Amino acid sequence: MPFDAPSDNEAFREKIRGWLEENCPESMRTPMPESEVVWGGRREKFKNPDSKVWLERMGEQGFTAPTWPKEYGGAGLNRDQAKILEQEMARINARTPLFSFGLWMFGPALLEFGNEEQKKRFLPDIVMGKTRWCQGYSEPGAGSDLAGLQTKCEDKGDHYLINGQKVWTSYADQADWIFCLVRTDNTKKHEGISFILFDMESEGVETRPIKLISGSSPFCETFFSDVKVPKDQLVGEVNGGWKIAKRLLQHERSSISASGFGSARGTGMLELEEYAKIHVGTDSDGKLLDGDLRGRIAEHQMYTKAFNLTVGRSQEQAKAGQEVGHTASIIKYAAAKMNQDKHELMIEALGTEGLGWEGEGFDKGAKMVTRGWLRSKGNSIEGGTSEINLNVVSKRVLGLRDHQ
Amino acid sequence: MTFVLTEDQEMLRDTAVNFTRDELPVKHLRELRDSGKNGVDPEARQKLAELGFFGVLIPEEYDGVEMSMVAFGQVMEAQGRTLASTPLLQTACIGASAILLGGTEAQKKEWLPKIASGEVTTALALDETSHHNPAGVGTEAERDGQGYTLTGAKKYVQDGHHADVFIVVARTFGEPGDAHGLTLFLVPRDAKGLTVHTLNTVDSHGAAHLTLDGVHVDESHVLGAADKGMDILEPVLDRGRIALAAEMLGSSLAAFEMTHEYMQTRKQFGQLIGSFQALQHRAARMFTELELTTSCIAAALAAVDEQRNDLAELASLAKARASETVHLVSNETVQLHGGIGMTDDHDAGFYMKRARVQEALLGSASFHRDRYAKLNGY
Repeated sequence: MPFDAPSDNEAFREKIRGWLEENCPESMRTPMPESEVVWGGRREKFKNPDSKVWLERMGEQGFTAPTWPKEYGGAGLNRDQAKILEQEMARINARTPLFSFGLWMFGPALLEFGNEEQKKRFLPDIVMGKTRWCQGYSEPGAGSDLAGLQTKCEDKGDHYLINGQKVWTSYADQADWIFCLVRTDNTKKHEGISFILFDMESEGVETRPIKLISGSSPFCETFFSDVKVPKDQLVGEVNGGWKIAKRLLQHERSSISASGFGSARGTGMLELEEYAKIHVGTDSDGKLLDGDLRGRIAEHQMYTKAFNLTVGRSQEQAKAGQEVGHTASIIKYAAAKMNQDKHELMIEALGTEGLGWEGEGFDKGAKMVTRGWLRSKGNSIEGGTSEINLNVVSKRVLGLRDHQ
Repeated sequence: MTFVLTEDQEMLRDTAVNFTRDELPVKHLRELRDSGKNGVDPEARQKLAELGFFGVLIPEEYDGVEMSMVAFGQVMEAQGRTLASTPLLQTACIGASAILLGGTEAQKKEWLPKIASGEVTTALALDETSHHNPAGVGTEAERDGQGYTLTGAKKYVQDGHHADVFIVVARTFGEPGDAHGLTLFLVPRDAKGLTVHTLNTVDSHGAAHLTLDGVHVDESHVLGAADKGMDILEPVLDRGRIALAAEMLGSSLAAFEMTHEYMQTRKQFGQLIGSFQALQHRAARMFTELELTTSCIAAALAAVDEQRNDLAELASLAKARASETVHLVSNETVQLHGGIGMTDDHDAGFYMKRARVQEALLGSASFHRDRYAKLNGY
């Protein structure tokens, strides 16, 4: 049954509340273990069968992509309505039905830069969780200097031929399709890049998982040898891919800062101050016995509070129609620092309990902290290094120029 | 709305920024210093009163303009920008709040209109050592027939060198270190037995040590309930800390803007120094700290108006973050200006000297980290 959104916000809230009550299965209102996260696509197994029902119901209404237009499978909601949907889902602790790079990154870019045929072809399957996408950006020789990428894309008349290598391709071994930056002109740097889409089952595509300092990871190396791609799968103009890439990076940076560094709640890990109290001990007033560590924990928690207030300020100002680009530019940098500091303090508070790797003899949550500490080192590297973030602030916000 | 100003607040902000820029620039503080005025400026005090700044937190029934803490924060930020030496923090915020929160109707009627008009200035005489420690008060208040006799000494009382009335915190019960047993007293400057020792301070704003040698205070000059002074003192101090943090944000922003400007004009090796990446990243880090601290100050100011129950936590957050930020920015201001920043002719040193006073007043970053940890149960 299609959902007709009433234009009045309160009526909309009432209707959405009723719809959620009726359609959200009971088990989808409980905290979601990592193993039950749904990423969709051909390989999705739906460990909890209710999560399949939940995804189908949400997808049919376009609620997985609330603000996308209806003709591409979205719900066509305005910002207020999307916010209400989010609040009402939170009210009943409804799980996010679909985790998806298609929803977070590729879809918004395709909406802006794709042609009509491409939007009709790819967006509805993203909304329904039928196609899982991965991102082919970084290369062994192109990290911070992304525009230095060399993966070759040749025009062979009726198709393109792709040869090269990508790295840090998250979930490449699980994905159905890839959105990929390729070089279509060797004589220019930024103006020689195109944005192309292809099936990961195409002949000549090979993926290999990467093991990190923190253990197994979703990252892969991805190799392309003579991969044939139909010509209607290039998005935008030939050699016009860089502006799409940049827009997509903005979506990536905001989703890394927003979702990447969650709270410990619900994961089996404790909060920093709780670990400190257990492993460092407290005096009769409940004060941590290590005064130096206590001061640094307080300093970190104030930084975190300041960060959260700043995110709130930026949202409130954006809503009031004020310019917030300046504030937004520091968010990724500050989020990475905050998460790294937190994990360093947790490891320090845990003492030797934080130095386990696997097996018996260590608390399960503490072992997660250890892995999380190692993983957090990537926060200031992925999605634009902190040094690149500071360059952006220096140049775009503070207007400081390069050497003349 | 916590982070977006109303039209009235915007107007007050513009008025305050223009006033301090035109009438009380750093050059003015330099002149006060060089003419031995020790930060005291009766003419400026009169102008501040005419603009209504003394009455921002005072209700209309006591002749104030009755705005809000968010509004007052805009005035404080403006005064911080030019390091203006004014009685606003001690009188318009701390003094007015103490009387509003702790005073009897008669006391409000007596003092608040005089504060609003700029006729009377006040100063809180609290700390007795070189570190902020409200519960550590040892000054004794002994009961005598008609009231109390105060004996003790107070250190580094802000505005103490010119205030007309002191709000003296003394102990009526218990030992130094006990939060319970403190009482607040209104003591006029000319009270018998009170000696004011004027100090020349590094920031050129001045201050005073006080000696109380058997100062008699009448019953009618007790502010709030005896022994329960902390009930008034804590919220009053938090308002003062938040207002001071707003001032510090203004100083930090102005010092940063001055440095940012210099990076785009000063050349070495044939290049603007602002084009060197090592300096660009330092500027970008300062900018990040300023953005984060701006949010803390705004949230803390709004928390006073909204009477939020996490006010104490937000006050400590604001004061600690403002202290860390002004410390960083004032040091970097001197360093990035190089040799010229070391000269007395340049303003950089004024910002750094004032910063250290701001950091120490009403609790250092370390004091507030300790308090924040306590409030969060560790």
